[in-house]
Amino acid sequence: MDVEVIKSYLPNFIKAFFLTIKIGWIGIALAFIIGIVCAFILYFKVPVFSGFVKGYVELFRNTPLLVQLFFIYYGLPAIGVKIPAELCGILGLGLLGGSYMAESFRSGLEAVPVIQTESALSLGMTRRQLFIYVILPQAFSISVPAIVANIIFLLKETSVFSAISLMDLMFTAKDYIGLYYNTFESLFLLVIFYIVMLLPVSFAGSIIERKCSF
Amino acid sequence: MDEILKIEHLNKKFDDLTVLEDISLEVKKGEVVVVVGPSGCGKSTFLRCINGLETIQDGKILLDGETVNPPLGNIKNYREKIGMVFQSYDLFPHKTIIENLMLAPLKVQKRNKVEVRKEAEELLEKVGLSSKKDNYPRQLSGGQKQRVAIVRALIMHPEVLLFDEVTAALDPEMVREVLDVIMELARQNRTMLIVTHEMAFAKAVADRVIFMDGGVIVEDTDPKSFFENPATERAKKFLSTFEYNE
Ligand SMILES: Nc1ncnc2c1ncn2[C@@H]1O[C@H](COP(=O)(O)OP(=O)(O)OP(=O)(O)O)[C@@H](O)[C@H]1O
Ligand SMILES: [Mg+2]
Repeated sequence: MDVEVIKSYLPNFIKAFFLTIKIGWIGIALAFIIGIVCAFILYFKVPVFSGFVKGYVELFRNTPLLVQLFFIYYGLPAIGVKIPAELCGILGLGLLGGSYMAESFRSGLEAVPVIQTESALSLGMTRRQLFIYVILPQAFSISVPAIVANIIFLLKETSVFSAISLMDLMFTAKDYIGLYYNTFESLFLLVIFYIVMLLPVSFAGSIIERKCSF
Repeated sequence: MDEILKIEHLNKKFDDLTVLEDISLEVKKGEVVVVVGPSGCGKSTFLRCINGLETIQDGKILLDGETVNPPLGNIKNYREKIGMVFQSYDLFPHKTIIENLMLAPLKVQKRNKVEVRKEAEELLEKVGLSSKKDNYPRQLSGGQKQRVAIVRALIMHPEVLLFDEVTAALDPEMVREVLDVIMELARQNRTMLIVTHEMAFAKAVADRVIFMDGGVIVEDTDPKSFFENPATERAKKFLSTFEYNE
């Protein structure tokens, strides 16, 4: 392994790293919002909307991110909607993640025992108070492990962004390999940067999981 | 009129299954009514109907002379006046003991925080759990949790207390500490409806015994007559299941 090669590649890898992180985390934030809204719709069985949400969740959970990105990046312009590559990545990740988050939040909400509802009601709480003070905090704690797993999964999925010509880590590595055949150095940097991106998340995740369990 | 709770011709069905049939009952202020009967006869359902956790098909439930069940009444406005403790430990697991006690008085009754905390601490002291106030429910034994659940109902200043087999899920050595708390409440002349399988306790605590079987009230009498000289064959048969003969 050539240290000089690694040094010369480093600036571009760092740029790609921050781009990947940026798109990854904005996408995850979007997934969070979509997931919460969808989970509430499913939990409260909001008429009409819950049908749409079910369809959305099944569609996005059962198709690869790559296919979804192709639809957004190449499909939408065909009907006149042109979206820049970065936004495309964020949207793709947000929509995919949203379907996973929705399922995690929903099963968390549904896992809160009925007796909790009944004791809150028998103390005179309104449905709203019951939801805010009793159901939601417990559902969140129950969902934390699944949410952490989703976040890690989504960060890993960022590796398909190169397919829509985003200059992310994967793109950069492929580029260098294609140009200079320094396969080993490129792969080394690729792995290192993904580990740097994911290890803190795993670590923070297990701390939050411990803090949130009761 | 010193009856506080009045039930008139209550009927409850789960789909086609009639669980309670034409139940009428008046409970006086300060009276301790123990409800006994074989498993599945409808005791839990009866308490749940009083608390509005089950909708009823027919009949009326009145608290202080006011109808509380729909369509004429709105049970939600009365629930805080009816305290209920369940068989399974039902504390809020994400809140500490003191938070469990303070939540409903603060949010439902909008009471003053300092005053509520003071009362919560006094009540915990009375049931011997002061040292646990900052613990989480999982750190308590079953008996301790049930005592907290009772206190959580008491702090709402309910007019009627409903207990549904609160010792049935406990290890035998913890039953006593919970029953002692209920016994103390009886001494304070609280109005209570108690479902229990602890016959010795029933005999000691009751002012009146209701024997249910198959969704109807079969006997409604004083504890002495019920336990020593039951009027019906069904009650005799039920009581004999608690005797142990080799
Ligand atoms: N949610 C429900 N749906 C359908 N049937 C129910 C429901 N809850 C209770 N039942 C039925 O109603 C009847 C009375 O049940 P209930 O729990 O009130 O009995 P119980 O007297 O409290 O019995 P136990 O002493 O075992 O607690 C039983 O036949 C039971 O199967
Ligand atoms: Mg029962």
